[in-house]
Amino acid sequence: MSTIKIESKRCTLCEVCLGVCPFNAMSRIEDKIIVNSACKLCKICIKNCPVGAISLEEAHRLMVNKNNYKGIAVFAENRQGIIAPVVKELLGKARTLAEVIDHPVIAIVIGASTEEVVNQCLHLGADKVIVADDEELAEFRADIYTDVFVSILERLKPSVVLVGATPVGRSLAPKAAVRMDTGLTADCTQLEMKSNTDLVQIRPAFGGNIMAQIITTYTRPQFATVRYKVFDAALWVSDPKGTVEKIKLSLNENSSSIRILDAEPLKHQEQLSEAERIIVAGIGVNNPKGLSYVNELAALLDASIAYTRPMVEKGISTYQYQIGLSGRTVKPKLIITCGVSGAVQFAAGMQNSDRIIAINNDPSADIFKIAHVAIVGDCAQVLPKLIEQLRKGDNHVL
Amino acid sequence: MKILVCIKQVPDSQKVQVDPITGSLMRAGIDAKMNPYDLFALEAALQLKDSQGAHVTVMTMGPQAAVDILREAYALGSDDAVLVSDRGFAGADVLATAHTLAYAIQALNTDFDLILCGKQTTDGDTAQVGPAVAEILGIPHVSWVDAIRSSNDDSVTVHYALTSCTHLAQVKTPCLLTIEKDYSQPRYPSYLKIKAASKRQPRIVSLKDLNGEDVPAHVGSMGSATQVERIFPPASRSENLRLEGDSTKLANDLFDYLISEHVIAKEIQ
Repeated sequence: MSTIKIESKRCTLCEVCLGVCPFNAMSRIEDKIIVNSACKLCKICIKNCPVGAISLEEAHRLMVNKNNYKGIAVFAENRQGIIAPVVKELLGKARTLAEVIDHPVIAIVIGASTEEVVNQCLHLGADKVIVADDEELAEFRADIYTDVFVSILERLKPSVVLVGATPVGRSLAPKAAVRMDTGLTADCTQLEMKSNTDLVQIRPAFGGNIMAQIITTYTRPQFATVRYKVFDAALWVSDPKGTVEKIKLSLNENSSSIRILDAEPLKHQEQLSEAERIIVAGIGVNNPKGLSYVNELAALLDASIAYTRPMVEKGISTYQYQIGLSGRTVKPKLIITCGVSGAVQFAAGMQNSDRIIAINNDPSADIFKIAHVAIVGDCAQVLPKLIEQLRKGDNHVL
Repeated sequence: MKILVCIKQVPDSQKVQVDPITGSLMRAGIDAKMNPYDLFALEAALQLKDSQGAHVTVMTMGPQAAVDILREAYALGSDDAVLVSDRGFAGADVLATAHTLAYAIQALNTDFDLILCGKQTTDGDTAQVGPAVAEILGIPHVSWVDAIRSSNDDSVTVHYALTSCTHLAQVKTPCLLTIEKDYSQPRYPSYLKIKAASKRQPRIVSLKDLNGEDVPAHVGSMGSATQVERIFPPASRSENLRLEGDSTKLANDLFDYLISEHVIAKEIQ
């Protein structure tokens, strides 16, 4: 197996590696540096060792023939004939990835009463739509959906499989990727294609305020999940040229270990993701006055209010109104963050917004790195004065 | 009923920062805690223990220091605890982590009726390991469960929300459930239980305890299908507009900016 090796003869016990390891995976025990199982083999210790005492012992691994895998497949999530909005964005991204390596874009539709969904996939630029339509697939069940999805993928052999990081996608993708014995990267915030068909998958790194670039080096297909409102939607094609292939299925009530007793549509779903203007309250405005300013500003600008994770953990609001990796992803036309420090997990949930205005009294706050307009000031001072201006009555919200 | 709860130790806060000039990582001392979402999974298991006398085992994969969260689980009422730890498990991605946990579960030689996981962790946030473990074990799973309505010898009835609907569903056991936040308010341990738990030693499962075909090829970096190619600081916007000064000036500048961006318009007199 690949491991980090420390040559004790060269090691001067300077402990630089302990400080640079983002995963706290290195420790010193007496006169020895020890690597524990938190190590992710990111190799930062190797680059930073001043005496070159650290190296990676790489084991030989078998690699698939990548030329045998062709196409960017998109899981076209749908229910009751309605396509999940994230699919439009996945098809848009799939097209830009496919163009780099001249591969086709294939939409995979699993469900019941899917005619309209198939039609939309064609108009969203899919070169081919593969459809598995059956009453047993009307409601998502991870086991039967994986059976159908993987059987399609095994025959299709795509290079990449894109799945929305929705509640359905995050239940399906890990099961399908494991069954195909291949890699999955969750919640990618950037995707790029290399000429050798390796998909460059970028996401916030595990537990740190840093980004990781991840490659599925040895296996295919390469699974990646992407959240809603991260990429731009595919353009609408008025005269689609894609083809449709219907899968023959023989499913029955024993095809799944899960029996749906009742299904109810979700009320007011994804309100925040659809908002065009959002005001975010962070820990810097966590006081009655600060929150009342945020409320008033939102009312004056006809904006929705959202919160950071610490605010939700303090019980100020609920998960539905939380922005970030453990909450919602948003891409509004305007977002104003008030007293938000801007951890990478928060940024991942909003950094693609059209206009980001950040107000924070800490001149070195991380939020300023992604803001279009950085306002270095105290929310408790700036917000009431802005509200006063907006209230004057000689202006109106557009 | 036998229940296994999978838990994870996570950093207590996001203290890792990248030095913008040198590009190296700066890290203050990081405290660790139980992944907060796992508390809901543990609470769900402990409620089944209270109501039906279920036997609850907790398991975590991590370094030796992760014993702390197992002791916390003991203090909350777990009957048994297992630490899955070995340097050979390092560098594991979703696939290798799931294989390691699945092997470790098999090594316990216990017929669990339910395996419960938190909905996701606060460090990786992927929510992928639970469903992946279920796939390897060959049992069904349901994610995002917000209520376990009833259970009998061969099934559980659960409620959960998906992308655009909620389901009430009957799932055959054994099965794996990931438990949604706000399932129920997690309990607090008493001082006496914390004290008693501090002396308990969890079982340790290491690489040599795992049985199966070609175990080393499925765990750690060898079992990982994804590789971290590089780690870098988040990009910063170079062309941004930075406003400083007294609050009246800042409010005026912001007001003008909102007009220039057509968020608001001046009334034409």
